[in-house]
Amino acid sequence: MTYLHSIGEYFLMLKGVFGRMTKGSVLRNLILKEINELIMGSLGIVAFLSFFIGAVVAIQTALNLNNPLIPKSLVAYAARQSVILEFAPTFISIIMAGKVGSFITSSIGSMRVTEQIDALEVMGINSKNYLIFPKIIAMLTYPFVIAISMFLGIVGAYCAAVLGNFVPSDEFITGLQDDFNGFHLTYAFIKTFLFAIILATVPAYHGYYMKGGALEVGEASTTSFVWTSVVLIVTNYVVTQLLLS
Amino acid sequence: MIQVKNLYKGFNNQEVLRGISYTFERGKTNLIIGQSGSGKSVFLKCMLGLFKADKGTIEYDGKPYSSFSDEEQRELRTEIGMLFQGGALFDSMTVEENVMFPLRMFTKQRKKEMLSRVHEVLERVNLDGTGDKMPSEISGGMQKRVAIARAIVNKPKYLFCDEPNSGLDPQTATVIDNLIQEITHENDITTVLITHDMNSVLEIGERIAFLKDGKLAWKGTKDEIFQTDDETVTNFVYSSNLFQKVREAQLKGL
Repeated sequence: MTYLHSIGEYFLMLKGVFGRMTKGSVLRNLILKEINELIMGSLGIVAFLSFFIGAVVAIQTALNLNNPLIPKSLVAYAARQSVILEFAPTFISIIMAGKVGSFITSSIGSMRVTEQIDALEVMGINSKNYLIFPKIIAMLTYPFVIAISMFLGIVGAYCAAVLGNFVPSDEFITGLQDDFNGFHLTYAFIKTFLFAIILATVPAYHGYYMKGGALEVGEASTTSFVWTSVVLIVTNYVVTQLLLS
Repeated sequence: MIQVKNLYKGFNNQEVLRGISYTFERGKTNLIIGQSGSGKSVFLKCMLGLFKADKGTIEYDGKPYSSFSDEEQRELRTEIGMLFQGGALFDSMTVEENVMFPLRMFTKQRKKEMLSRVHEVLERVNLDGTGDKMPSEISGGMQKRVAIARAIVNKPKYLFCDEPNSGLDPQTATVIDNLIQEITHENDITTVLITHDMNSVLEIGERIAFLKDGKLAWKGTKDEIFQTDDETVTNFVYSSNLFQKVREAQLKGL
């Protein structure tokens, strides 16, 4: 029953987000600020993780290909498929649920605790729109982050495979181009778009409706991470079932 | 003027407000006093529309606020200034940006005009020169004054204050009280102030409503509250040693 109540409250919050809009000039500045904090601020960690994930995938694939009849180019093929289909969109999104999600929950939750949200409401401002809408719009640029993640993941795989003497460079490039299906990229970006909405709204819900004090802000951040991850994984399954099976 | 008629509000089958009727007069500091848990904050939040009352009506200068839709209530709230207990300043903004915030949101003024008004109100609350500081860099009393500046910058018709003196030393508390009263008179606004500080009552209690167990137990002025024999009020007023001694001195005719 509590879960049903929370789901209902979440969708009512979304309705409220698109209610009375904040003044355009203010909103523009808020969106730019959120892009800076949520997206630009995450590029470093995403780049670092993506590079090493790609490298590890390449090494593990290379080490498991002992049969001389299997071409070495398969290392690049496996790395490309793993990174594009799963590691870049899903794994990075779960990392982002911890980084960006916790930040969103704690920043909105702190505003709730210190009555800043009440202050916005008393001034006649739609606090849901003011606080959450810019985050949703900022997160729409998230697919660019994932595109960078895909690229760096493959670069990491190349470095590990070629510099580690597992695969010659030309064979790696051939493997990278083998049997490429453009729809896999479309699928990856469709789910990235959905993940972006989830990453902006589920943590915002946990921050906006939290009750209590500073301790509860911490609890809300943890709960937010768990639930954002759960929703991401379930959405990943549903989208994969619908688009790839 | 704000008129409240027969206001009821409860949570989880427990009634917090039980049929309050009261009129808050324009151009005066209207104080709501009472012990912790008497329903003062819930009463204030109902008047602001942050809580929806179960029964009763609230009228702002004849406008039926309690029957307004959420959007209509938001519209009317642009005429309200609010001073929260903790100040509720936006901690990601400087003092200047905090005070300018209502102007940015609701006016089409140029930045130069907005800055001029911001400096005017900061000067009014004796905080000129602190505009570029962050809220965390100034004292609690200064934060309250910034919050007052933000509440009045858009020239509101109604000013609500939720325990503006909490956490302040007596001297700063008196400064805040006097500032609120002066602003009320200067701008002829309807000020509603929640407190359980008897010094505030003594300083600025032009009209006082005493709440007990969610009911309006007594109403009057600061002169009347020290004369009344109503036991529920005297128990509250003379609970502090200082006021007890004042009472004893009064009775002895000193």
